[in-house]
This record gives sequence, C-alpha cells and structure tokens, in this order.
Amino acid sequence: MKNYVIIGNGTAAAGCLEGIRSVDKEASVTIISEESRHVYSRPLISYYLEGKTDLHRMLYRPYDFYEKNNCKVLYSLRAERIDPAQKKVLLSDGSQLSYDALCVATGSVPFVPDIKGLEGVGKKFTFMTLDDALAIEGEVSKDSRVLILGAGLIGLKAAEGLHKRAGSISVTDISGHVLPSILDEECAALVRSRFEQEGVSFLLGESVAMFDSNVAVMSDGRQIQFDILIMAAGVRPNAKLVRNAGGACGRGIAVDEHMRTSLPDIYAAGDCTESLDVSDNTIKVMALLPNAYMQGHSAGINMAGGESVFDKAIPMNSIGFFGLHIMTAGNRTAPAEGGEAYEEITDKGIKKLYVKDGRLVGFVLVGEVDRAGIYTDLIRSGTPLEKVDFERLKKNPDLFALDAKFREQRLGGVV
Amino acid sequence: MKRVYANEKWCLGCHLCEYYCAYANSGKSDMVKALRGKKIYPRIRVEGDDKITYAVSCRHCSDPLCVKSCITGALHIEDGVVCIDRDRCVGCLTCILVCPYGAVVRGEGGVVQKCELCLKNAVGSPACVLGCPNQALVFEER
Repeated sequence: MKNYVIIGNGTAAAGCLEGIRSVDKEASVTIISEESRHVYSRPLISYYLEGKTDLHRMLYRPYDFYEKNNCKVLYSLRAERIDPAQKKVLLSDGSQLSYDALCVATGSVPFVPDIKGLEGVGKKFTFMTLDDALAIEGEVSKDSRVLILGAGLIGLKAAEGLHKRAGSISVTDISGHVLPSILDEECAALVRSRFEQEGVSFLLGESVAMFDSNVAVMSDGRQIQFDILIMAAGVRPNAKLVRNAGGACGRGIAVDEHMRTSLPDIYAAGDCTESLDVSDNTIKVMALLPNAYMQGHSAGINMAGGESVFDKAIPMNSIGFFGLHIMTAGNRTAPAEGGEAYEEITDKGIKKLYVKDGRLVGFVLVGEVDRAGIYTDLIRSGTPLEKVDFERLKKNPDLFALDAKFREQRLGGVV
Repeated sequence: MKRVYANEKWCLGCHLCEYYCAYANSGKSDMVKALRGKKIYPRIRVEGDDKITYAVSCRHCSDPLCVKSCITGALHIEDGVVCIDRDRCVGCLTCILVCPYGAVVRGEGGVVQKCELCLKNAVGSPACVLGCPNQALVFEER
C-alpha cells in the first residue's frame, strides 16, 4: 500500500486528496495541518465578517470529508523540513513521516512591510486566516477607526467585510488606484467610487512613513489616527520547505504541467507555486482558488499513478464589492505588446477585451459579467478568432458566435 | 447518465422552455401566479438570430470547471448531476467566470442558480423538455 503525504490543509490539499482518491481508494493519505481546523474556504473570511456566511457554511467540504476519503489529518503540527533523500517529512513535534509521494500545498503568507514603529502598534492584524478574522471580530466595534494597508483584493474585501461593523474605514496604498494588480485606472475609479458611496475613504498614491502607537504618519506628513490596523499589503508564496530541500524555486515553487517539483516524488500545488500562464506564456505566481484546486487535483492523480496535466492556467478573478461585480482574466497588457483593445463604456459598466495574434488573450469586465466564461474559454483554449464571429462576441458572449459544429458537439453530446 | 440535449434544427425559438423552467423552480403550484408580471430567472436560455435558435442549459460536464472553481464548495456533483447548495453560495460568480457555455446564471437575490435537471423540484424530470412543443430538447442517455 502506498503512502501519500500532503503538507497543508487548504483548497489545494483538498483537491489533492480528491485527486488521489479518484485513482487509488486504498492508499494511506496523511494531511499535515498547521491550523487546527477542518478545511474551510479562505476567501470567505470577509464574507464571514460581513455576515454572509457562518462557521458552518464556510467549510469547503462537509464534516465527513476526511473520513469518507479515508484520510488521517494531523492538526496543529507544522512540517519543519523535507528530507528528499530519505523521503521523509520532519514535523514540529519531532516526529517523522515517510512518504512514497508528497504534495506541498503550503499556500502563501502575508507580506508585512517593514515600517518604522509597526511593532508599537497595539491592535494589528493580517487578513489571511479564519483566526485573523475571528481576532478582528473580537476587537472591532462601532467606534473603531480601521486603517487598512493595501487596496488590493484582500484589503478591499476586508473593507467591505468590516464596513457595517466599524466606525470608519480608511484604505491606503502606494498605488494611485485601487486593485492595481487587476484593474487599470479607469476601471478602478468605478470601484473606488462604489466604496466611497459606502463611506470608505482612501489615501492612495502614498505610503505610511512611520507609526507612532495608533497614529500613522503618511509620506506627505498627514497624521491618521486609528484603533485597528489591518495589514493587507499582499501575499508571498510559502515556498521555504522546498527551497530549503534544494528544490527549484523562483518566487514560488517551480512546477511542471504535472505539478512535479524538481525533487523526485515531490509535487506542489496552489498558492505556494509558480507556473506557466498560457495567456502570455510567462511563469508566474497565480494565487487563485480555482488554480489551487485544479493543481491539487492534478497533483493527486499523478501521485497516485494516474495521468493528469494541468496546462491551462491563467490569472483570473471574479470579485464583487457592494454588488458591483468585476471579472478579469488573462493578459491585460497586450495593447502595449502589439495587441489591440476593444472597449465599451456604458452606464452599466466597462468592458475591455484584449486581442493579440488573432486570439483573445485577456479581458476586464466591471458591472455586466453574465456569461463571461465564454470569453475565458476562448483565452484558455487559444481559439483563433477567425473561427468565431468576434464582432458578435464583442457585444455579447453567447454560443451563437461560435461555429455550428462546435455548438452541435457541445449541446448535443457529452462534454 | 441522462442529460438534456438541444437540437437547433428543431427549435422554434418560442422560449417556452424558459417559462417552464422558471415555473418548475418557483415552488408555486399555479403557473400564472408564479410568472405573471414577474421578472423570471430561468436556468435555460434561448439564443440565436431570426433563423437559427437553440436552448442552452448546464451540460453537466463530466469534469466541470465550475465545481473545481467554486470558492465555497457550494457547487458539487451528485450522481453525475452538477448541483448547487444555494445556502452556501455567496455570489462571488467565479462559476460564471469559468463556465464555457454561459450556463450558470445569477438568480434572484444575487446567489447563483443552474439547471439541476428538475430532479429536486416537484416536476422530477426536466420541465423544459416536457414543455418543448417540437422535441428540440430531449432528456436521454448519449
């Protein structure tokens, strides 16, 4: 009987377990979980604060998930070191686990900027885990002035989650606009104004020079008083176990399309990895939940002796704030690289489609997002646009713009 | 497994499937009360132009991207049928971002809904198929 070990207990780990069990029902599988919790959905921590979910509904898989998949979980233990030669994992309690195949699904860690005086701030939190959300919940009140460092996905989700619980919320970012990793200035302005309608204020294009207890001194000298500081300046892949074991890493753990690392019988999946973005053919960290699941699932199948390739990764996000939905996918810098953009700006929102070398390579939708998956599929499949009615698709994504044969296959057969 | 298949050569573009779908999933026993004067939220949608029409609903893919991408775990598979636990959905719409068929839609209240083959409502088998006047929709094994 084979012996599989998964380090981590998040989305990629759940995918890995399901992948293993789709091939091998008998093998021994052990999950090493640093958090003492059943697998839950990390992105739901802001929805929890907002009251849109609860501790029961935010479980990513049902209570009997491990039992049904015959998986042993070691809670509150950390993997300290991997010994690839001996095929062993050394744990924080001094014990060792042997493996036939190992999956590293250690996720990411919050990036905390080195700001003078930060250690003197009393109530400061990162916004990554359920424990973070519960700790914030315990401190925040209607009188709290909350300062959020970072206007990215995590910072803005924290702002939305807290806006009804806190007295005031300010968000600051070095970038001049919100969501700089996924939106341009024009789209970001729409999102910012939606937040401002809800009373959230912004200090953009500047940084915190230093903290003096509960005062943030901004780079322009302004002083912002706060009670609670949330540090949402981004995340970094948690690649150290593989890096220390001698495995190839860039910013994240390097994996191929089978999710293999450079070390024998060691796979990696999820936010700790970097892999090929097929929309622009570059290697990058794509710390996104769908990719984490799909990588984990693929890794699991391959660990258990099956064959699975995950070679369709692209960056993509679907996120909403106060009812305003945003979807982005692929490469949005194509126009600067010789591509073209199609833009449609109406009172309902903004649509930007990016085309390069006769293929759709990216898009940004703010407001109207229905059936966006038809666009995403064109990117992932690399379909040449000469094969579709792109003039129709630009206006409205539907299957009619695809060729009749494709339609017949998909609507008349098993897919 | 039985699925709903569309044949565009036989589709009249009458949109009845959309109404039968909305009615079947309304939980109401009177079609007029369920639909009259209301914005309907069908899980099947007729597309096309003035010559060619066809209805699109969930393909119940054998390897569904929506299930793999769902951030909450609300989308799941029950005996091959792609189902959604609407109580757990938070309306992030990641499923809409990834479905290649545009078959997952926002329902009333912003939470996602999709075809579950009417297996969980009072009709018991796809109402769109039962109501299609020209057999342009069929429910069968292929």
